Amino acid sequence: MYFERRRTMRTLRFILQKEFRQIFRDPAIIRLIFIMPVIQLLVLPWAADYEIKNIKLSVVDHDHSDYSKKLITKITASGYFKLTDYSVSYNKALEQIERDNADLLLEIPAQFEKTLVKENEAKLFMALNAINGVKANLGGVYLRNIIQDYNREVRLEWIQFPRFNPETQIEVTSSNWFNPLMNYKYFMVPGILVILLTMIGTNLTAINIVREKEIGTIEQINVTPIKKYHFILGKLIPFWILGLFVLTLGLVIARLAYGIIPVGSFIAIYLFAALYLLAVMGLGLLVSTYAQTQQQAMLVSFFIMMVFILLGGLYTSIDSMPEWAQWITKFNPVSYFIEVMRMVVLKGSSLSDIKYHLLIMSGFAVVLNSWAIISYRKRS
Amino acid sequence: MRQFLSFVKKEFFHIFRDRRTMFILLGMPVVQIIIFGFALTNEVKNAKIAILDHSKDAATASLISEISSSRYFDIEQTIFSENEIEPAFKKGKVKMVIVFPQHFAEDLLHFNKTQVQLIADASDPNVANTLTNYATSIIMDYQKRITSNKKLPYTIDTEIRMLYNPQLKGAYNFVPGVMAMVLLLVCTMMTAITIVREKEMGTMEILLVSPVKPIGVVIAKAVPYLLLSIVNICSILLLSVYVLEVPINGSIVLLLAVSVLFILVSLSLGLLISAGAATQQTAMFISLIALFLPTIMLSGFMFPIENMPLPLRTVSNIVPAKWYFQIVKSVMIKGLGLQAIWKEVLILTGMMIFFLTLAIKKFKIRLA
Repeated sequence: MYFERRRTMRTLRFILQKEFRQIFRDPAIIRLIFIMPVIQLLVLPWAADYEIKNIKLSVVDHDHSDYSKKLITKITASGYFKLTDYSVSYNKALEQIERDNADLLLEIPAQFEKTLVKENEAKLFMALNAINGVKANLGGVYLRNIIQDYNREVRLEWIQFPRFNPETQIEVTSSNWFNPLMNYKYFMVPGILVILLTMIGTNLTAINIVREKEIGTIEQINVTPIKKYHFILGKLIPFWILGLFVLTLGLVIARLAYGIIPVGSFIAIYLFAALYLLAVMGLGLLVSTYAQTQQQAMLVSFFIMMVFILLGGLYTSIDSMPEWAQWITKFNPVSYFIEVMRMVVLKGSSLSDIKYHLLIMSGFAVVLNSWAIISYRKRS
Repeated sequence: MRQFLSFVKKEFFHIFRDRRTMFILLGMPVVQIIIFGFALTNEVKNAKIAILDHSKDAATASLISEISSSRYFDIEQTIFSENEIEPAFKKGKVKMVIVFPQHFAEDLLHFNKTQVQLIADASDPNVANTLTNYATSIIMDYQKRITSNKKLPYTIDTEIRMLYNPQLKGAYNFVPGVMAMVLLLVCTMMTAITIVREKEMGTMEILLVSPVKPIGVVIAKAVPYLLLSIVNICSILLLSVYVLEVPINGSIVLLLAVSVLFILVSLSLGLLISAGAATQQTAMFISLIALFLPTIMLSGFMFPIENMPLPLRTVSNIVPAKWYFQIVKSVMIKGLGLQAIWKEVLILTGMMIFFLTLAIKKFKIRLA
């Protein structure tokens, strides 16, 4: 019994030695492990800025009055809009939108000032390029708010309001917790770290095993006394360690480059990440048992990852998805990790806040790995 | 020519025999379109919120019922003190807390003035910002309704028209993006990997000693992917017109023509990568890091380019997908003709010639 165990440990040690050597000798993987986190964490957060600003505005001013000029100044001073040009007609401005030189056109009719003052009512007209619906919607809201503000100023100029405001007013104050400066990078960086770990866990594991199949070296391993679980453990442990290493690297980059210091505990992050890596490596293992070639393994794991990442809540909020898609996200390990990372890193949630997440992730790890081990055969 | 055709035939057999890969190559665009079309919206709706009502009077009750009946908000819980706000956020479900002060209705009645406080979980700034905007506009509407009998003087009315996409559907933006993504994946990555595979397995030697010219060997590998991609474009367009109800406003011939141009650009990129890579893993990582990420990040369909810092905006110009994305938006949705997109077409043609010459130059007839 004792000798049996010693032999097992020895075999495992040799396999691990082989695997680590194989990984560290492959420059592509080394590059991947160092360059991917750096590129993704240093570049992606800068690109991923959803905040709507710099809306390109084309103005058609038929009035050329004092009032229209004041309105235009007020709009450009808000910071949301960039005045690109004055067009002479509506059709000319529309052409600017067609060419993507403008996102929004504002038409001020002739006699705007006069009608406003004399008839107590004047009209403005705006048209938005709504291909990107969210941008159009928010752009419209911003511009309408500015115009309302301007309207209030005009009124103040003409009417002396009594001491008590006759206009009923509900004052809305808003505050933003956990990220008062509304910094997008705080939001993206923890999510990107999740993607990195997922890629390492799933893609690398799957391709690594299939490569042995494709090149034929798996036959050599099959004729040795190495047992099934030796082989699988030998494949999983190195990537598990690499994954935790990349997580550490990522947290260091997040701290140095963006000043993101997790509010919650590192224990919670690492505990969850360790479980998560087990789960996604199980997924990679599963892919590898079904794939014959690296190309297949890559496509399958890429496909699964794409669905997982898109439905993981990194880019769009899960609450907004339709019912069926929300059901899919319940079976998506990525969505749990993204949620946990944001909770722990930004809000400082504790281990007891994420206990259900931990439980579910252990479930994923057990199910995926047992499924993979059952379907793995020594013979092809 | 006959020899070349038999090579093309061989490549087709390769692809058709691998059922799983075939299935994914043809199924991927369908799944992507469905996910993007139905599941992903930047629009925020059904956000879970909590209410802290210190007043509990008729006014807050009607305002709360208005908020809960809007499609943007789902009231998840009611809390009773300020101390409960933070735990609610930390459990992760609640995105915003709306706080009504004491004597809300009374203040409104006697002083014509009262307050509402919105506390948003800004760990997702986009959602926080949007929710604050939505809640504010619901409250403003409510305020307008209770004062509607009084007409204010000097009113500026604003009339808004949403061009091209009056229902503000997300699909109008995503469909062109998915087209660029799928084409790039199928053409570039798959071509690069199949060619490198022959190198890695050693079968490239055998192909190179055949009577077909070396460049013919490589081009024969690209042909099936060209056809597969055309099938994919058609399925994407059919799905987007009949399932997502995104119209094709411009000429469909022009749309297909520019798509073929983009496919050619992607194929030449694939050839270029295959000339440089020695193993399938390398080919895959190059296509992933140098192509796929920039396509998602910098083509403008996920994140607005105009918000990026200058270096990234400059780099985005060398991403082919950016130009294709613009062309598809112009032709498909705005319904413009060739005179509006000639510049982009010229750029893509230039890229194709550049990549192709480079790939041919780097292509080695002899392996190590």
